[in-house]
Parts: sequence; structure tokens; C-alpha cells
Amino acid sequence: MKEIHVDEIISAIRTLCMEANYNLSSDIMTGFQSALKRESSPLGQEVLERLIENADIAHKEQVPMCQDTGMAVLFVEIGQDLHIAGGSLTDALNEGVRQGYEQGFLRKSVVKDPFDRVNTGDNTPAIIHYDIVPGDALRLIVAPKGFGSENMGGLKMCKPSEGLQGAMDFVVDTVDRAGGNPCPPIIVGVGVGGTMEKATFLAKKSLLREVGIHNQDERLAKIEKELLERINRLGIGPQGFGGVTTALAVNLEVYPTHIAGMPVAVNIGCHATRHKEITLQGRESQ
Amino acid sequence: MSDVKRIETPLTQEKLKTLKAGDNVLLSGVIYTGRDAAHKKMVEALEQGLELPFAMKDQVIYFVGPTPAKEGQVIGSAGPTTSGRMDAYSPKLIAQGLTGMIGKGLRSPEVIEAMKEHGAVYFGAIGGAGALIAKRIVSAEVIAYPELGPEAVRRLVVKDFPAIVIIDQEGTNLYESGKAQYRTV
Repeated sequence: MKEIHVDEIISAIRTLCMEANYNLSSDIMTGFQSALKRESSPLGQEVLERLIENADIAHKEQVPMCQDTGMAVLFVEIGQDLHIAGGSLTDALNEGVRQGYEQGFLRKSVVKDPFDRVNTGDNTPAIIHYDIVPGDALRLIVAPKGFGSENMGGLKMCKPSEGLQGAMDFVVDTVDRAGGNPCPPIIVGVGVGGTMEKATFLAKKSLLREVGIHNQDERLAKIEKELLERINRLGIGPQGFGGVTTALAVNLEVYPTHIAGMPVAVNIGCHATRHKEITLQGRESQ
Repeated sequence: MSDVKRIETPLTQEKLKTLKAGDNVLLSGVIYTGRDAAHKKMVEALEQGLELPFAMKDQVIYFVGPTPAKEGQVIGSAGPTTSGRMDAYSPKLIAQGLTGMIGKGLRSPEVIEAMKEHGAVYFGAIGGAGALIAKRIVSAEVIAYPELGPEAVRRLVVKDFPAIVIIDQEGTNLYESGKAQYRTV
């Protein structure tokens, strides 16, 4: 059986936390540049230019592009033939986050209790989503999530009779109500189907998809394009100052659901939607 | 790029009158930071008749919680946080003479009413442009509530801090007018 030692996992997570916060993904940068060509609002154009400049500074100086360096959301795919050696996997993931946020000068934004609200001081615990997959590798994705955008998401347990139109209206209304709060231009993650928590998980996970890549299902890709067009006609624009660039992408994921329901979840990603990943290969155990 | 107005703090009522929603502004001078926890503490201090960390008259509060500074940096990344969470507190500080707020996102009708009544403006900084904005901060010093970490009240000296007037003292709101101008639904 192949194995990976927890020390290697800690080190990988530490690096991913920093890289995700310092380096804007190239797909979003490309999204800014093409939006700049389309944007008709002078203030909107200026915002886009400053966001490009901001990303350049963050990358060059290796500093966080945004001060909200987020709650660390981790997607972990574990090969079912892999053994984790040296300790608890969950502890190792949290230790990686702790070291990454401390050594990377990232802001510690996590409070231990939602009511008492005392900061944990090290940005742990992370939110960890595990998935068991075939093979003997370990895929680690770190997606720090800021709460300016997280707070503007929503869930509606739609009636099946509301249909596709009802689901689409809920998505557009959620973005409209959010206005400038989630730092547009945004990426709109949409999860439809499953159960309540499955829909919200799909919405979150869809934010990992590259900007400009549509769902491989043509019918769903068409819905994404229509939603993007409707959202960009809302007029919110970059930072809510008015304009035609409210979203860079709409990413839709669906799942089978119950005869009596149609959960629709919207998770909004800001213009600094961050995610970095690595796949660690297991080694023959000694 | 639209014309830029240069404004020096303190932000007196006279200077306020020159600012209109949609104006592109570069702010220079002293401003103070405060977000959720600091606002709660300041309003509690007011209710108990205690002194505030700084006199509000003609001052500007920036809603921000920066990242820790690296060696050689004045401050870490320092973009605005969502202002709506300060809505419960802002009217009380505006009544004390606060004339400017910098943040991002929508404000409540109560805040806008207080701005019109006492004379104050709401500026938007570019959310998420934390690395860029940090370059315009010349000095930073914690003056109150150090136990709050990133949420402590800081006295900042800024030079050419980029901001847009979102809501002016007459209550004109760029979030509404800007959206209406480009809305095609």
C-alpha cells in the first residue's frame, strides 16, 4: 500500500494558503482584461484597471491581494488505496492552515464560537470537504473564502412547479439584492438539486471551475450563458458603481433530487475568487 | 478616467459641500480605522458617557481590518470591508460629528438620514484592492482596543487614497443612479 506522511501534507497546505492569497489565477486576470474591453462605464473601467494593478502588486510583492484572506475551505480527494502516515489527516490539514496563515502574514478571521466571537488566533479550524476517490493519490485544493461575498449567498427550497424559470429568477434576484457588497465583478456559483446541503455544496464547489469554462452538458452551459447575460444587464457593474460587468462567470452544477423538491443554492465568489491545488503521489511504504 | 478631486482631512462641512455622488476623489491626511467590534465598543463607550478613542468632529472612519504587516511594510493589505455591518452604529457616530466613512456596499436608510441631517458623506474604496490601497497609507498606529487585533482602531496617515463618493450629504446614491444608468432589464 502506498502512503503519504502528514508532514508532506502540512507543508503542501501551508504553501497553497499563501499562493492562493498572493497570486490571482490567470483565468480571472483574463476575465478582467476582456471585461475592460466591454465595459462602457468610465468608473467601471477604472475599477477594472485598478484590480489588474492590485493583482500585479500582490503577485510581485507576494502579499495578499485582499485583506480578507478568508476562512480556509479545503477540498480533499483521498485515493482509497492510500494510507496517511504519521498522524491524523484532519489535524495535519489544520496545522497546514495554521502555519500558512501565520508565516504568510495572512489575516486571522476565524472566531471560535458564532455567539461569543473570540478569535481563534490562527485561522483554524478550516472547513474541510472530504471525498474518497479511486487510486492512491491525494488531491488538495485550498479555496480561501472571504465573507463579503459569502454573506451575500442564498438558498431557496423551490417548488418543482417553479421550474427552470423560478430557479433562474432566484439566482438573478440574489445577485441583484447583493449589489456592490460581494465585490463585483463576481463569479456566481449555482447548485441545483440534491438536498439542502448538497445544493449549497455544489454551489461552493462550482466556484473552483475556471472562468470561461462552461458546464460540459450543453443544456446546462446554455443556462449559464443566459444567467450571465441577465446578471450583466442588472447594471450593478464593477464594485456596484454602475456598469455592464457585474459577473465574470456563472457556474452551474446539478444533482438528482427528490420528487417533491428543487433546492437552489447561490454561492457568490468575489473578483478575488481564490483556489490553488496540488496532487501528492503516494510512495511505497517502508 | 474621470476628473479627480483632491481632498485633505479633516473633512469640514465646507469641504463636504463640494462632494457629489460619483465624484472620483484622492484623500490625504489623517483617517481612522474601525470595523464591527471597534464600532460596538465605541458606541458602548458613548452610552456609558466614556471618552471615545478620538474626537469624531470632522473625522473620517475607514472600515478595514488589515492583514499583518510584513517586515518593512507600514501596514498589510488594507481594502474596505462591507459597510452594512456598521449600519447599527454609524448614525450615533455621525451625530457626534463624524463627516466621512469609507467602505464598500449598501447602507441603510437610517444611516443615509443621519448623513443628511448632520452632514456626512460615504465613500467607496475598491473592495479587494488591498495590496494597492496599502501603498497609499503612509503611517499606521494602533490607538485603541489593541486586543481586537486586525479590528483595533488605528490612526492612519494616507496620501492620495483612491475613493469614490457613493452617497453625498444630500442623500444622492451612486449605487442607485449608477445601476439605473446601465440597467437593461
